[in-house]
Amino acid sequence: MLKKRVAATVVVRDGIVVQSIGFKKYLPVGKPAITIEFLNSWGIDEIILLDITATAKCISPDFDMIRQASKKCYVPLTVGGGITKISDIEELMHCGADKVSFNQQAIHRSGIIAEAAHLFGDQCVVASIDAVKTAEGYRVYDYLTAKVLATQPAEFAKQLTDMGAGEILINSVDRDGTYTGYDIELIKMVCNEVNVPVIASGGAKNAMDFKQVFQQTNASAATAANFFHFSEHSVISTKAELKKEMDIRLETHANYAEACFNENFRLNKKTDQVLGEMLFVKIEKDII
Amino acid sequence: MIDPKIVIVDYGLGNTHSVANALNYLGYKKLQITADFKLIECADALILPGVGAFETCASNLRARGLEPLLNDVVLRQKRPILGICVGMQLMATTGEENGIHQGLNWIPGVVKRLELPANYSVPHVGWNNVEYASRSPLFDRIEQGANYYFDHSYTFVCDEQYAAATSEYGISIVAVVQHENIVGVQFHPEKSQVNGLKLFRSFFNSI
Repeated sequence: MLKKRVAATVVVRDGIVVQSIGFKKYLPVGKPAITIEFLNSWGIDEIILLDITATAKCISPDFDMIRQASKKCYVPLTVGGGITKISDIEELMHCGADKVSFNQQAIHRSGIIAEAAHLFGDQCVVASIDAVKTAEGYRVYDYLTAKVLATQPAEFAKQLTDMGAGEILINSVDRDGTYTGYDIELIKMVCNEVNVPVIASGGAKNAMDFKQVFQQTNASAATAANFFHFSEHSVISTKAELKKEMDIRLETHANYAEACFNENFRLNKKTDQVLGEMLFVKIEKDII
Repeated sequence: MIDPKIVIVDYGLGNTHSVANALNYLGYKKLQITADFKLIECADALILPGVGAFETCASNLRARGLEPLLNDVVLRQKRPILGICVGMQLMATTGEENGIHQGLNWIPGVVKRLELPANYSVPHVGWNNVEYASRSPLFDRIEQGANYYFDHSYTFVCDEQYAAATSEYGISIVAVVQHENIVGVQFHPEKSQVNGLKLFRSFFNSI
C-alpha cells in the first residue's frame, strides 16, 4: 500500500537555509548540506529544496550547492528556484536532483512545464502554487511581484497538470511560518480538481496537523519546514504518531513506540529508572 | 563480488550522480560514470539508470551507439546489469509513452501507462511495499514488504516468470524484473535509504 509522505521543505536564500515567515521575514538556520544530512538520518520521506534567491535574481540554480547538498541525500530530492531552461533541468539531474519544481515559470512561462514533462516525464515535474485567501475566495499569489492574481488555485492546478505537471505542491502563504495548521479547505479544493498527487504545504506545527491533513484531505504528502528545523525529534515523533492511525513509513531505529508526549506533542521526559536502564542498551549500527 | 568494477552507463539522461552517491556510501571505489565502450566492456557489473520519457532515453542510448555494445556485453557475455526506473523499462520489447517505441527487448514485455481504479493518482509516487515472489540472492537480508520509493506513470507489463517482485497500488505493479544476469527495478534504490542501499549490496554480492 502506498504510504502517505512526510516531507521537509528546505528554503535556501543566498546559499543558507532559512526560516520563512509569511514570505516576508527570513531568519538563518544553517547550511543546506547539513540540513539535508540530518533530515536523512531522521528518516524523512522526501526533501524539497527551494532556492528563492535564484528566481529573485534571475540566475541559474546554484548547481554546486545542490551537488554538495545531495551527497548525503538518499531520499528523493525535488529542487525548485531559478529553473528557466531545459539545460538547467539536465544539469540538476546530474547534480543529484530527482524532480524539479516550477513556481514562477508556472505563472509566466508555463510552456516549460510541457517541455520538461515531454523530455523527462511527468513524474519528474512538480508545479508549485502559492495561494492566499481573499474576500472573493482563494487566489494564486505571485511571490516575486507580491501580487494577488485573478486565477483560482484549484483551476490553475488543473491547467498545470493538463500541461504535464506530475505533482502539485499547494502552499498557503497566509499560513506560512505561522504554526496554525494546514489550510484544509484550500488543499481539499486542489485535491478535488486534479488526479495527480498533491503535496500540502504551509503552517504545520506538530503531528496533529499532519494527521488532520491526511485524514481530512486526499493529499498524498505533507511538507513542513520550520517545524522540522526547530522542534526536537519532530520528524520521527510525527511519524510515530501518524503510524498509529495510518500507513506511514517508519524505518529508523528510534520509533518512539513507547514514548509519551504532552498536549503540544513535545516529548515528555522518561522516568529516571527507564533512562538509567537505557544507558546500558547497546544499539548496533546497521552495517549494510 | 566484494570490489567489482562498476560502470554506471551515462547516456545523458539519468540521475547518475545520485546512483554514484549511494554506491560511494557503500564503499565501492571502482566506479565510473561513462559511455566509454572500453570501460563498459571491462566492467564487472553495469547499472542502467533512467529518468525521462521512454523514447528520449531509448534514442539517447542508441545515438551513442550503445545498443549493439550492451547487447553483446549483456546478452552474449552475460554481464550482470541492474536497470533503474526507465533503465528497467528500456529492457522491455516496446514502450507506449508518446507513441510505440522499440525497447532493448531483453525481457519480453510492454511498458504501458498506469491504468488504475478511480481515486488512485497517477503518477505512482511515494513509498510502497515490495513483495518478492521467491527468495533470490537479490533480496538477501531484505524483509518482505520493505518500502521503496516509486515515481512513475508507466509500468512494465510482463509474464509472471520475469516478475521477481511486485507492489500494490490499486493493481499489482511489477516492481522487479529478473532474467538470468539481467535485473530491473521500477523503484529508485538510490533514493530508498537503507532498503535501497541493501538492494545494491545484495546485487553486487550476488555477482
